[in-house]
Amino acid sequence: MNDQNKRQNDAAPILRVENISKSFGGVKAVVSVSFDLHEGQLLGVIGPNGSGKTTLVNLITGFLNPDQGKIVYKGKEINGWAPYRIARVGIARTFQMIRPFAELPSFKNLIIPLYSPRVKALSGGKYGDLDAVAKDYLEEVGFERESAVTYKAAGSLPHGYLKRLELAKCLALRADLIILDELFSGLSIAELASIVPIIEKLISEGKTVIMIEHRLRELFRIADRVVVLNYGSVIADGIPSEVMERSEVRKAYLGSE
Amino acid sequence: MKQKRKERIDRGIKARSDDVFSLNSFREMLYVAVPPLAPVLLLIILPLVLPSYWQKVLISTCVFALLAMSWDFLVGVGMVSLGQALFFGVGAYIAGVSNKILGIPIWIDLPLATVLGGLICTVLLTPVLRLRGVYFSMVTLVLPLMLERIVEAAGIFGGTEGITGIKAFTNPFVESYVIVFVTLFALFAFRRLVTTDYGLVLKAIKDNDRAVMSVGINIYWMKAQALFITGCVGSFCGAFLTHVYGFVGMPSFALDYSILPLSAAVVGGMGTFAGSFVGAFILVPLSEALRGIGGLRIVLYSFFLVVFIVALPEGIFHYIQRKYQQFERWVEVDK
Repeated sequence: MNDQNKRQNDAAPILRVENISKSFGGVKAVVSVSFDLHEGQLLGVIGPNGSGKTTLVNLITGFLNPDQGKIVYKGKEINGWAPYRIARVGIARTFQMIRPFAELPSFKNLIIPLYSPRVKALSGGKYGDLDAVAKDYLEEVGFERESAVTYKAAGSLPHGYLKRLELAKCLALRADLIILDELFSGLSIAELASIVPIIEKLISEGKTVIMIEHRLRELFRIADRVVVLNYGSVIADGIPSEVMERSEVRKAYLGSE
Repeated sequence: MKQKRKERIDRGIKARSDDVFSLNSFREMLYVAVPPLAPVLLLIILPLVLPSYWQKVLISTCVFALLAMSWDFLVGVGMVSLGQALFFGVGAYIAGVSNKILGIPIWIDLPLATVLGGLICTVLLTPVLRLRGVYFSMVTLVLPLMLERIVEAAGIFGGTEGITGIKAFTNPFVESYVIVFVTLFALFAFRRLVTTDYGLVLKAIKDNDRAVMSVGINIYWMKAQALFITGCVGSFCGAFLTHVYGFVGMPSFALDYSILPLSAAVVGGMGTFAGSFVGAFILVPLSEALRGIGGLRIVLYSFFLVVFIVALPEGIFHYIQRKYQQFERWVEVDK
C-alpha cells in the first residue's frame, strides 16, 4: 500500500486524459472522460459491452480524434497526432481483434515493431540483426526458444500464442505506456498463469500499463486502480476492492441492485 | 477399402528455412544454382540468336516483364494498381520532351526520365495514398486516361500527333542488352528487396496497416517510397521504348500498358516476381505469334488467358516451383 501511494505522489502524471468526448453520429461513445495515470501504475478499464472502452483506447492512440478534450502524455498534448507519431513517443497498444502478419513466421512479425524509428533511436541509430532480437522477445513472452512455433506462419498460431505475439510487439517497441485491449479474453487458466507474470514484470520495470478487461477476477489481482465506464462515462474510479462495492457499478454490471 | 492418394515429399535439401541449404554433392549444387542462372543465360544468349523482328519482340517482352514485376511489387504493399500506363506514359513523355526539345543525350535522358518520372508519379498519387482496395485501383485507372485527354485537349507535347524524330539507340545489341540487364537486375533486386527487413515492413502494410501504424511506422511515407520504386521502373520502360520507336504520343497512356502487365503477373504467379517474368515471356511472344491469324488473335489470346487462370490459378511459376521442389508419388491409403 505504501509503495502504491508513493507511486501516486510522484510528480506529474505520465498520462492525463481531460474531458475527452467522442460521438459517432448520434451515438455518444465516450462522454467527457477524465483520469490521471502515474508512472508505474497498472490501470484497469472495465465496463459492460459497448461502454466505450475500445473507443477510449483508439482515442489515446490516435486512431480516432476526440471531438473535444485533451490528452497529455509526458507533458505533451498528443490529441490530433497520427497514430505512428503517438507510438514513437512510447505508447504501444494491442488490438482486440488480433490480425497478425499472417504469412510471416512468428518471429518475423516482430521485425515490424523492431524496424520502428523509435527502436532505432533507442538503440543508437542502428538496426543490427533484428532476427536474433525478435527471437529474444518471443522467448520473453513464452515462445520456447528454437521451437516450431517460432518459425510457424503467424496465421496458423493458436489463440494463446497470438495473444503473446501481440504482447511481444509492445515489448519490442520498448514502449513506456502499454495499452492492452482485452488481452486475457479467450485464454485458459494455464495460459493466464503464464502471461500474468510478464505483465507484473513490466510494472516492476517501471512501465505503465492500461488494461481493458472483462476478466475481472484476474485483473483485480494485479491492478492498482480501476476505472469503470458505462455508456461512455466514468461511473467509478478507485482501487479494485472499493470500486466493486459501489451500487452504480453493480447496477451497470448486473442490471439491478 | 484401399484408395490411391498422391503423396508429396520435399526434396531433402532445405536445412532449416527457405534460404538455408545443406549441399552434399555437385548435383545438389546444380539443383540450387540452375533456377537463378537459367533466366540470366537465356536473356544473355537470346539477343545473339534472334532475328531482328524477334529482337524487337524480346524488347517489348522485357518491358512488359518489368511493368509486371513493378505491378507485383505494388500489390505486395497492398496497392492494386490498374494504371501502370501512368508510370509508363510519364516516363515516355519525359524522355521524348527532354531528348527532342531540350536536346539532352540519350544516356542522361534515360536515368533522368527514370528518377523524375518516379517522382512525378509519386506526387500525382500522393493524395490517394490513404485510399485502400478498389478505391485506389479506380484512381490509378483514371489518371493515365486523364493525362491522355489533357495532352489531346491542350495540344501540349505535340498533341494528337505526338513527338517524332527522337534519337534511337545506334546499335541494336546495345539496345537489347540495356533492357536485358535492367530486367535481370530488377528481377533479382525485387526478389531480394522483399526478403529484407524493409521489404517485410512493406508486406506487413498489406496484411494489417493499422498494426504497422501502431508501432510508430508512417505507412504513408512507406507507401510513397514503394510508389516511387514502381514509378521509376515504369518510367524507365516508357523512356526506353520511346527511344526504341523514336516516337512518343498519346498511345503511351494506353490501357495495354496497364492490363497486360497485370495479366502477365497473374498468369505467371503473383508475389514472386519470377512469376511476372515467366508470365510476360509467355504472353507477349504468344500475342506476337498469333498476329498472323488476324482478327481472331484477341479471341484466341483471351481464351489462353482464361485457360491459364482457370487451370492454374496459383500461377505457372508456383506450379513449376512446387514440381521442382517436391517428389510426388501415388500411395495406397485405407479409407
